[in-house]
Amino acid sequence: MDKNLKKRSVAEKKFRFYGLLSVLIALSLLAILFISIIHEGTTAFIETKIKINADFDEKIILNSGRKNIETIQKADFNKITKKSLSNMFPSVSGRSNTKDLYSLVSSSTPFQLKKMVLKDPNLIGKKIDVWVLADDDIDMIVKGNSKRDIPEENRRVKNFKLSLLEKLEKDKRVDTFFNNTLFTKGDSRDPEQAGILGALLGSFFALIITLALAFPLGITTAIYLEKFAAKSNRFIEFIEVNINNLAAVPSIIFGLLGLSIFLNFFGMPRSIPVVGGLVLAVMTLPTIIIASRVAIKSVPPSIEEAALGLGASKTQAVLHHVVPNAMPGMLTGTIIGMARALGESAPLLMIGMVAFIVDIPEGFTDPATALPIQIYLWSDTPERGFVEKTAAGIIVLLVFLMIMNALAIYFRKKLEKKN
Amino acid sequence: MIEKNPMKEFLEKEEKDLESKKIETVGEVYVSDPKMCCRNVTVAYVDKVAINDVSIDVGNKEVLAMIGPSGCGKSTFLRCLNRMNDTIDTCKVEGSITLDGEDILDKSVDVVPLRAKVGMVFQKPNPFPKSIYDNVAYGPKLHGLAKNKDELDEIVINSLQKAGLYDEVKNRLNSSGTGLSGGQQQRLCIARTIAVNPEVILMDEPCSALDPIATAKVEALINELKENFSIVLVTHAMQQAARVSQRTAYFHLGDLVEVGETEKIFTAPSHRLTESYITGRFG
Repeated sequence: MDKNLKKRSVAEKKFRFYGLLSVLIALSLLAILFISIIHEGTTAFIETKIKINADFDEKIILNSGRKNIETIQKADFNKITKKSLSNMFPSVSGRSNTKDLYSLVSSSTPFQLKKMVLKDPNLIGKKIDVWVLADDDIDMIVKGNSKRDIPEENRRVKNFKLSLLEKLEKDKRVDTFFNNTLFTKGDSRDPEQAGILGALLGSFFALIITLALAFPLGITTAIYLEKFAAKSNRFIEFIEVNINNLAAVPSIIFGLLGLSIFLNFFGMPRSIPVVGGLVLAVMTLPTIIIASRVAIKSVPPSIEEAALGLGASKTQAVLHHVVPNAMPGMLTGTIIGMARALGESAPLLMIGMVAFIVDIPEGFTDPATALPIQIYLWSDTPERGFVEKTAAGIIVLLVFLMIMNALAIYFRKKLEKKN
Repeated sequence: MIEKNPMKEFLEKEEKDLESKKIETVGEVYVSDPKMCCRNVTVAYVDKVAINDVSIDVGNKEVLAMIGPSGCGKSTFLRCLNRMNDTIDTCKVEGSITLDGEDILDKSVDVVPLRAKVGMVFQKPNPFPKSIYDNVAYGPKLHGLAKNKDELDEIVINSLQKAGLYDEVKNRLNSSGTGLSGGQQQRLCIARTIAVNPEVILMDEPCSALDPIATAKVEALINELKENFSIVLVTHAMQQAARVSQRTAYFHLGDLVEVGETEKIFTAPSHRLTESYITGRFG
């Protein structure tokens, strides 16, 4: 007996130890994930800018035309940019050296200068200091993501270009700012110009469609199946089995469904959040239905019986008592489904939301991509600058997810308090 | 695990005796002033007859107690009286049950007004997870019994008073009904039932989950309520039937064996089975 008792307590301790161990392993893996993402991603939230002395040469801009918007629109601001840079480094000559000089700043610089002139035509003929985006290679060097002290042949930025940068730094013409571009721009081929807003809005619009469709459809289906459908009906059983099967179907299959039905059969346009939302809604439905049914089942039948006994109709008993009590569980199920939908990329690939889209979507029918797809696209590009963008995209996705979960918890707590 | 169980042996013997033989009800089935009349009621699940050809009257403003061993069908029968059995798909009810002369088993009868007239209190206290006030106000709101908030307040307070709960909860009408003690919860359920002003109250073992003190309170309440309502009480406790009821019906395996004045049933039962049950030979 004593021996047995000892054995039992040892077993108990062992079991506890294993439990603790698995929790610790899970936590440390999570910590490693977060630390590496944050380590990679934080630098993406700052951007390097260079202060150039923009020379808005009247001759180049007007090009012997009249001073109006049309002329400015057509003006060669590439030349302006090059001239401004040459002015700052008059000693630079030779084809390869001037190329290095011109590539110090982002290729977006001419557009920025043009915008300034369009806004204020009085700038023509003047010379003013302007902060412009640095090229992504320079950006990497300044943020320290690329090292300066490695051998020249292993560096993208060669010695001459580096000396130009060092000169600029000495003149205090290089500085880092909070990365507005990341949150105000769409995708771009240039890392320094690429932003996540397009993907963020694409995900947002798609998820709104998903929620608007999957939540009401899912919970009404669950309520019907659980409370109104005949229990021993072959047809209903068939439906139930199939809903459970659908929950286990790989998500890419839903993408194929969207491709063949929404795009090919109904002829809806490609790459738009509406179709993305529809596909994600179809994918999320089984999850919501199953979770909602469990939530409804967990409401004690005595409550419904009490309502029926007071003369409530079946619908009243269900809507007044069963559904409000099941709502927290239903919300949890919905949020699990929505979180899965937010992180899903495979079905969206099939309906063309994987396209390279620079414009920011303004509504449900504008072409867009989604956050996970943006992350995938960026991770697939060779530029060093996109590595941190990828990590930043993951951070934005995680924050989006956390906000969604926090909202769900808030609503659930509110509902639970009300009951 | 083979144990000699005298009760089981007795039951088996009885069952053998009763096989294929319907027990004729003895005693006074009919009353002069009936509220509800049940005639030849048979309730069957898919392959099992739960109630076999039962006829009984529920008198006006009396407490009718139904006693019998577990599984004898007394709860099933009670649930026929306000058609709660409708919620079970496989349950079939035949025969006729009338309330004030109107057949309530007819498919055309709407169960909503019926259940407002024939209220029910369940075995386990089942208040809604809402405030005490909302619990009582739910029925009147459902049936539109109150024109405005003041009237609703009055109904709620009145019902709580009738259920003897008002003094205990008057300061916390807005706290949750599930936070009350078991006995208070059951009286809240009774208050909820009488708030819709029914004519008959069905009680399905209302005290089986309560302690003796709470039970005494509920029994005292039943005694008061019979001034205004007809009450049908299913109970396991024979003493309870003896204490609160005017008439008692004894069920045995789906048959109604004996009905009569409570005093007579407990002092001089006519049927052999009733006597065995009353004297505690099984149950």
